[in-house]
Amino acid sequence: MAGHDDEEAGVAAGSASAVTINVAGTRGPSFGAPLVEYVLRLGDDRLVLGHRLSEWTGHGPILEEDIALSNMALDLVGQANMFLGLAGELEGKGRDADALAFFREGVQYRNALIVELPRGDFGFTMARQFLFDVYSVLLLDALASCAHEQLAAIAAKSLKECKYHLRHSSEWVVRLGDGTEESHARVQQSLNELWRYTGELFAHDEIDAAVAALGVTVDAGALQSRWDNMVQDVLQRATLSVPTDVVMTMGGRRGRHTEHLGHMLAVMQSVARAHPGATW
Amino acid sequence: MSLTSESVYEVLRSVMDPEVPVISVVELGIIRDVQVEGSTVRVTVTPTYSGCPAMHEIEADIRSALLKAGATDVDVMTTFAPAWTTDWIGPEAREKLRAYGIAPPGRAEQGGLITLTRRRDPVQCPFCASRDTRLQSEFGSTACKAIHVCNSCRQPFDEFKAI
Repeated sequence: MAGHDDEEAGVAAGSASAVTINVAGTRGPSFGAPLVEYVLRLGDDRLVLGHRLSEWTGHGPILEEDIALSNMALDLVGQANMFLGLAGELEGKGRDADALAFFREGVQYRNALIVELPRGDFGFTMARQFLFDVYSVLLLDALASCAHEQLAAIAAKSLKECKYHLRHSSEWVVRLGDGTEESHARVQQSLNELWRYTGELFAHDEIDAAVAALGVTVDAGALQSRWDNMVQDVLQRATLSVPTDVVMTMGGRRGRHTEHLGHMLAVMQSVARAHPGATW
Repeated sequence: MSLTSESVYEVLRSVMDPEVPVISVVELGIIRDVQVEGSTVRVTVTPTYSGCPAMHEIEADIRSALLKAGATDVDVMTTFAPAWTTDWIGPEAREKLRAYGIAPPGRAEQGGLITLTRRRDPVQCPFCASRDTRLQSEFGSTACKAIHVCNSCRQPFDEFKAI
């Protein structure tokens, strides 16, 4: 754990010399075994995006879309439940999916920043969904044949659902991009805002390297070039342009999030924390 | 009365999908294994959709049906592999869906990635059998259904979507 995170190490070095205090304690960005970290990333991406989509329930622009967004939210939260359940099992400290979802702090979340951004307008929601869905379908397709049996099974199951999401979001990107002047301008603006968060999806770090040694191999470079091709193909049909010269913003995979995640978690976790252990 | 694997399946054939109450959990294809030891029964179930809220109810229904049938201990386990597919729904169950007003699923796409430009063949209307129908949305009243509209009889209808 120590030495894994710069900030934590910095605090410890500045504290009183006689006693070493783990300032972060249970609320800090503690890092677990690589596979646990890796599966948390998969689970947290889906939990956070699923929650963002669920914010549309009752607020969709048309009834069919309200239903579609809620259905996709349900799929993603269901997938998060499977991934977080596995992460808890692998961790071996008795935490189940609910404990991981509702009783971790923002710094302990491992989702990519792109999924935690506020939902914005419908165009922003669909542009984000599309960029994530392409990534998700390609990644899950690769993981479905990885050496870790449980992880592969969850990936294969999730992949089927994400294909439906991708078809839906890509059709909307084309419809909005190639739609009215207003819809085109809004979805292009959303893409411009979102683009700097896409690099994080393909950043390869020591966690990826460590799980690759366990047989969970995803070629990040190949993943990115396939993603580029699919995204460009759809954006072209949508008459939208791919943003260029963008400096990528990262940090979510290591627990350094935007200010938006904390607000979202405060809402998402409030009931579970007000009534810990409640069942119905 | 002592339970056997066959008699457990017989009981499960009476446990209906709560959302589509004309087909049983066996016909739905989600029962993957049944083990019986004396009056202890272990049923292995695979979920339809990851987030399907009916799964909890289905598990509870399976448990109570088997307890009523004489089991003293019922274990409902979950498995994710192989992932559920609508191809496991048999011809008889498909007819039941159609009679209930839900178009049965087509063949599930096998493996690989998707073709984004793919145009789906129109789904046959379960009411008037016309093929002059249009897809309204691939997401419907439950995770497993899509919404279509029939251009011939003007009736909107659900399709049990292939997955």
